[in-house]
Amino acid sequence: MSFETRPPDYRAASASILARTPEVRESVGSATRSFEQRRWDALSDVDSERWRDWARDVKTHALLHLDRYLEQAADRLEANGVHVHWAPDRSAATAVLDEIVQRHGVESVVKGKSMLSEELEVNEHLISRGVEPIETDLGEYIIQLLGEPPSHIVGPAIHRSLDDCRRLFHEKLGTPMDADPDALAAAARRALRTRFLLADMGISGGNFVAADTGTVALIENEGNIRLSTSVPPVHVAFVGIEKVVPRFEDLAGLLQLTARSATGQPIGLFVSLIQGPRREDEVDGPEHVHVVFVDNGRTRLLADERGWEALRCVRCGACLNSCPVYRQTGGHAYGWTYSGPIGAILAPGMLGLEGGMPLPHASSLCGACVEACPVRIPIPELLLHWRAKAVDEGMEPLSERFGSSFFANLAERPGAYRAAAAGLRIAPWKAASRALPVLGDWASQRTLPTPSPKSFRTLWREGIE
Amino acid sequence: MRVSLFVTCLGDQFFADAAADAVRLLRHLGVSVDFPEAQTCCGQPAHNSGHRRDAERMVRHTCRVFDSAEYVVAPSGSCASMLRTHYPELAPDVGGGIAERTYELGQFIVDVLGVTKLGNGLAGRRVGVHHGCHALRELGVEAQPEALLRGAGAEVVSWAAAKECCGFGGLFSTKMPEVSAAMADHKLETLPDVDVVTSADGGCLMQLSGRADRRGSSPPFIHLATMLWEGARG
Repeated sequence: MSFETRPPDYRAASASILARTPEVRESVGSATRSFEQRRWDALSDVDSERWRDWARDVKTHALLHLDRYLEQAADRLEANGVHVHWAPDRSAATAVLDEIVQRHGVESVVKGKSMLSEELEVNEHLISRGVEPIETDLGEYIIQLLGEPPSHIVGPAIHRSLDDCRRLFHEKLGTPMDADPDALAAAARRALRTRFLLADMGISGGNFVAADTGTVALIENEGNIRLSTSVPPVHVAFVGIEKVVPRFEDLAGLLQLTARSATGQPIGLFVSLIQGPRREDEVDGPEHVHVVFVDNGRTRLLADERGWEALRCVRCGACLNSCPVYRQTGGHAYGWTYSGPIGAILAPGMLGLEGGMPLPHASSLCGACVEACPVRIPIPELLLHWRAKAVDEGMEPLSERFGSSFFANLAERPGAYRAAAAGLRIAPWKAASRALPVLGDWASQRTLPTPSPKSFRTLWREGIE
Repeated sequence: MRVSLFVTCLGDQFFADAAADAVRLLRHLGVSVDFPEAQTCCGQPAHNSGHRRDAERMVRHTCRVFDSAEYVVAPSGSCASMLRTHYPELAPDVGGGIAERTYELGQFIVDVLGVTKLGNGLAGRRVGVHHGCHALRELGVEAQPEALLRGAGAEVVSWAAAKECCGFGGLFSTKMPEVSAAMADHKLETLPDVDVVTSADGGCLMQLSGRADRRGSSPPFIHLATMLWEGARG
């Protein structure tokens, strides 16, 4: 299910979620705070500061030599018997998919959780070609049944309550209205099991690709990715080009750090390391493996002198979990596949300033995200970078531009500044709040503050006892 | 020892009495305080909304005003952090000098003056402390205000959301007012039973008290400078 608003009107969308579905704030708030606690606990068990320095350096090195490592990864994958494809954008990626679907006569598809496939709207595309995709991650399955896009990188149905799921599964799968979570999961498992066995093709993403061995690494907890990538005769992995890392041994640290940051687990319950199709001496595995390296705005972001650091992201969702802004609405307010702090710094770089610009303003710059990020992306600095870039490009409203310049003029002239400040005490506040946008926006949610009877300057001149 | 007070825009206009209390407290602790009257805004609103050139003008003005200051002390974690954390980057030629001499009030009292025992004026008071984000995460100021409050006899009551953003964020509060208010609501919904809520940042206090007032429940929100002066007098 794709997002309707593009470019996103974040303010309208967030206000609407808060007003119309206040229960989303409850679900997202409690889930993210619990994730956050588990992350803290899991990282305090290890030398996490050193791990994070190391992970930052590995990812930075890979990005600075991306051409070399991508070529190496592609060579190794091909040597392992994998078909490698390159997709500069969504239409190229879906064209590759069409070709694979046709070549193998694919009619049904099982999907492991993949944010890139959400970004590329793979499900919509398959449906338009008469192919039926089914999401096999429990959270993704829930939102597919609901016809909604994911609300969180790791927990796509995080905005939904247990009761929402009970109602949904009661309608779609016939479970009782008071079914416990285990019973709901069992019902989903039963519904999905035959789909795995009958599917012509499995689709996955890829958390990392080790260039030296041509290994696609996948991390999960439910085993559905393992099944999607090993049971059907064809496996297609969509992998963002920024996912390549130099060495197989880098995976050891990256997989652990990602799991601890995402869910507070030492490592995902299932780690799949895929190097190619089934070999002659193996009983499991697909006959054909395709890896599709996707750009779709990534080299555009890589070329930005400051914004490129966002490409280190390992999609753990820790910045979403720590973000007090994200916690109020969940991901749908952001109107794009990637939400929260990381979404706000990926959007202007990948979609362009026009498409992504409202999102860098969806932050109070509190800095909780930068404490959470396992690869030390300086998120607040990058939010400021994009805000400044939008101003430099003349994209912000003229009223704000003049207002800012006028205020700077005052601030350089202490006499004028003092005179303007004195006006605060004679201003008709309530009337002004109806006429002026900034005051009105404040007063829409809160009582206007009353200026001190005398400014500090006046108190100082009068003498402070 | 001489301190130049950087009162900040909000301190000057909306928390003037708290800023005066900061002066009283510093004098009480044996520090001579001056107030360079040419000071205006640190430039943070322009910086945070991407108006870098406007911000740089205010940065340079502020650097000129405080050029000869021995210490710059602000009754605001956020504005102090603007000087300390962001000035060196915005004006590399002059910003570094002021950065290392700038402190938030509580940080200055504990880290520079080495004082944690002010008096006993807050005995029996149950206090909720809101840690402003820039004080907490950019300046690393967390223990100092709590130590000073406890040192003056207050009980600092544990608050699950003490370190979660109140939703102020400067112009964020007016660009995204609905989400901003929901953030304040979380703070207020989780607030334990306290006599008073305090913070080193006037902006956060405006946000929290303005929202609490709109919701119809209003514990007093009092600036840290006033609390500490009260603590020192008793």
